[in-house]
Amino acid sequence: MRFHQSEEQLAIQDALRGTLADALPAGRLRTLVDDPADFDRPSWDALMALGLGGLALPEEAGGSGLGLVDLAMAIEVLGDGAAAGPIVQHLLTGLAVARSRNEAAAAHLPGLAAGTTVATMAWGGDWLPESWALTLEDGKVSGSVRFVPGASAAALFLVGTAGGGLALVSGGSQVTVAPMPSADRSRRVSTVTFDRAPAAELFAPGDAGVAGLFDAALVLTAADALGGAQRCLDMSVAYAKEREQFGQPIGRFQALKHQLATMALEVEPARALLWYAAYAQDCSLPDARRAAALAKSHIADRFVSVTRAAIAAHGGIGYSWEYGLNTWFRRALFDRAYLGSPSLHRERAAELAGW
Amino acid sequence: MDLNYGAEAEAFRVELADFLAGHWQPGDRRGSALKAYIASFRQEATSRGYLYRNIPKRYGGSEQPIDTVRAQVIREAFGRARAPMEVSGNGMSMLVPTLLDRGSDALKDLFIPPTMAGDYVWGQGYSEPGSGSDLASIRCRAELAGDKWVINGQKIWTSQGDRVTHMFALVRTEPQASKHAGISYLIIDLDQPGVTRRPIRQMTGDAGFYEFFFDDVTTPADWIVGARGEGWQVSRTTLKHERANIGSADALGGQFAKLVELAGQVTRFGRPAIKDPEIRQALARIEGWVLAHRCSSYRLFSLAAADEPPGLVGLMMKLLVTETGHDIAMLAQELIGDEAMLEPAPPGTRGRGVEKWLDQIMGSLGNSIAGGTTNIQRNVIAERGLGLPRELALGNDA
Ligand SMILES: Cc1cc2nc3c(=O)[nH]c(=O)nc-3n(C[C@H](O)[C@H](O)[C@H](O)COP(=O)(O)OP(=O)(O)OC[C@H]3O[C@@H](n4cnc5c(N)ncnc54)[C@H](O)[C@@H]3O)c2cc1C
Repeated sequence: MRFHQSEEQLAIQDALRGTLADALPAGRLRTLVDDPADFDRPSWDALMALGLGGLALPEEAGGSGLGLVDLAMAIEVLGDGAAAGPIVQHLLTGLAVARSRNEAAAAHLPGLAAGTTVATMAWGGDWLPESWALTLEDGKVSGSVRFVPGASAAALFLVGTAGGGLALVSGGSQVTVAPMPSADRSRRVSTVTFDRAPAAELFAPGDAGVAGLFDAALVLTAADALGGAQRCLDMSVAYAKEREQFGQPIGRFQALKHQLATMALEVEPARALLWYAAYAQDCSLPDARRAAALAKSHIADRFVSVTRAAIAAHGGIGYSWEYGLNTWFRRALFDRAYLGSPSLHRERAAELAGW
Repeated sequence: MDLNYGAEAEAFRVELADFLAGHWQPGDRRGSALKAYIASFRQEATSRGYLYRNIPKRYGGSEQPIDTVRAQVIREAFGRARAPMEVSGNGMSMLVPTLLDRGSDALKDLFIPPTMAGDYVWGQGYSEPGSGSDLASIRCRAELAGDKWVINGQKIWTSQGDRVTHMFALVRTEPQASKHAGISYLIIDLDQPGVTRRPIRQMTGDAGFYEFFFDDVTTPADWIVGARGEGWQVSRTTLKHERANIGSADALGGQFAKLVELAGQVTRFGRPAIKDPEIRQALARIEGWVLAHRCSSYRLFSLAAADEPPGLVGLMMKLLVTETGHDIAMLAQELIGDEAMLEPAPPGTRGRGVEKWLDQIMGSLGNSIAGGTTNIQRNVIAERGLGLPRELALGNDA
C-alpha cells in the first residue's frame, strides 16, 4: 500500500519546476502572452531535454516507461508554471502511437520522445469520440476541427475520425491552420482544415484503445488544472503575508483567511483524486472511466473557482494585466472547456454508473 | 502508487476470515446472553492480537507493534463480518490514549480495564456555557483541599450525558496563571453528591446532550493527568497510533450511496429523480467531493503507514466531511420533497419513510458544530496549514 508521492516522483517534479521557471520566467511569460505565436521554442526544448516527451513512452521507443500517475504529476507542475504550447496534446499523441499497433507510425516515436517532432490533437465534434467527424477515406483525412492548440508549430496531428477512431496526420500542404482569437494566450488555438491529408490509422472506430486515450487526456487536463489552481493559491497566500493594510498583513483578517482556507480546501484534496484517476487507468480498475470523468469535472471547476478567488484576494493588482494572475484565469477557461465541460462529464459519470 | 495491501496483509485477511467464521456466531442471542457472548468474543480476539492493539498486556490489551495496514485489514474484516470491535465512545477514543501518553501508572491501572470492558462510560467535559470555540477561557474551577480536589462550576453539551459514569474534564486550577497555563485535566466520578445532570433537548427533539452542575464535587488529588496547569497540552494529545483509517471515508461514501438510492426511489417531474438531468448533475458534483475525500484518506493512511506527517490535507478532513454532508443534506431535502414536512419516527422503528432523511439533514448541522466549528476549522487551515498570521484580538498564548 502506497498512496503518496515517492522521492523519485518529487524529484521529477522539482526538475521540471526548476527548468520551467528558468526557461519561462515571469518576464518571458508576460511577453509571450502578447506574442501571436502558439508555441514557445526555448521552454519547449528545455522541458523536452529533461525527457518530458518520453516519460510515459516505452523504453524501447526511447522513453522512460513510467505510468499515467507520473505523467499527471509532471503536468501538474507544468500547469503551475503555465507551460506554453500543446504539451498535453503532444504527450497524448506519443501515447496513442505507442499503444497503437501501427508500425509505420511508430517511426515517429523517437522524434516525439525527444520533442523534436511537435504533435498536437485535433479531435473535433463536441469532444466525445462518438461525435468526431473527420472523414478517413482511402488513407486520407478531410474536414475541419476547431480549438486545436499549438497547430502552427505542429508537424503531427492526432486526429479524431468519424465514428470515434484515431489517425495520425503529418502537416503539409493538405493541412491549413487558421489561428483563432484565443483567451488562453499561453495555449493559443486554431481551426485546422484537412483536405485529403494522408493519414495512418492508429485505432479504428470503436477500438477500446480510443476510450483509454480519451480518459488519459481528461486526467492530464485535470492535472494541468490542479497545478494552475495550486499556483493561484500559493500566489494568494504569499501576497496575503506581505501586503499590508490597516497597519497589518491582510492575511491577518479573518474574512480573507477563510477565503484562502476555502481555496486550499478546493485544491489539496483534489490532488489525491487526480492521483487516483491516473492510478485507476494504470491498473485498469473497473471505475477508471468514471474516475477520469469525475476528476476532470471536479478539478476543472475547482480551477475556475480558485482563480476567481485569487483575483479577489489580490485586489486591484489581481485585476491588472501586468501582475499575471490572469494567465491562470485564462488557462482555467481553457481547461474547463477543453475536452468537454464539467456538466458533460458529470452526465457521463451518471451514465457510466447506470443512474 | 499502489492501493493493494500486499501479500502478507492478504494472508492475514484470510486468517481473520477463518477466525471470524469460527468465533463470531452470535446466532439469535439477545440481551445479556448477547452481551456476554460479545465480551468473550472480544477477549478471544484480543488474545490473538486483533483488538486493543496499542494497549499494554498488563491492562488487558494485546500490545501489538504499530502496524497501520494490519489495523486497517482488521477493521475491514470485522466490518464485513459485522463483528464487534473495541468498545466505542470517548473512553477508548480519547481518554485511554491520553492516559497511555500522559497518565500515571495508578490512573492507568484504575481506569483502562473498566473502560475496555465498557463498565465506565466517559463524558468529555470541555465546553461550558461561556466557553466553546474559546475553550481555554473555561471557568469551572477546582481547588486542592488536602488530598482532594473540590470542583465547582458547569459543563455543557456533554454527549451521551445520560449514560456517562465518569468525565475527563478541563478545569481551572491556577487562577493566577495565564489563560492556557491555568488549566488542568481531571478525572471525575459522576456518581456522587453535588453532581446534577440535566438533559438538553437537541433540535432533533431527542435529549442528545446534557449539562452538568458541580457543587463541591470532589475527586482524589492524584486523579489528574499531567501536572497542574498542563491540562491544555494534555487535552491536545492526539492519537498517534494506528489512527489513520478510512473509516470516515466509508461513512461519507455510505451516506452518498444512500443518497443515490434515494434518488432512485423518489420521483421528480413525473419520472424517477435519478433520471432528472439536474439531479444527475447534482449527484455527480457531490461525488467529486466524496471521491476527493476518499482518495485523500488513502493518502493520509499511506503517510501514516510510512510514519510521515499528514501535512495540510490532514487539517482538512473534518471540514471536507461536514461541507460535503451539508451538500448531501440539501440535495436530500430537494429529493424528499413534501415528505420533509413530516417528523421521522425514531431510528429503529418500523415504517420509516423518506422523511427519515431529516435525521441526516439536521445531524449534518450538529457535525459542523461539534468538535470545532466550521469557522474554527478554517482558522486552523489558514493559520497552521497556510502559515497566515494569527489574529491579534484572540489573546492566544498557546
Ligand atoms: C452534537 C454536539 C455534541 C457535542 N458534544 C460535546 C461533548 O461531548 N463535550 C463537550 O465538551 N462539548 C460538546 N459539544 C460542544 C461543542 O464543542 C461546541 O458547541 C463548539 O465547540 C462550539 O462552541 P459554542 O457552542 O460555545 O459556540 P461559539 O464558540 O459561541 O460559536 C458561535 C459561533 O461563533 C463562531 N466563532 C466563535 N469563535 C470564532 C472565531 N474565533 N472565529 C470565527 N468564528 C468564531 C463559531 O464558528 C460559531 O459560528 C457538542 C456540540 C454539539 C453540537
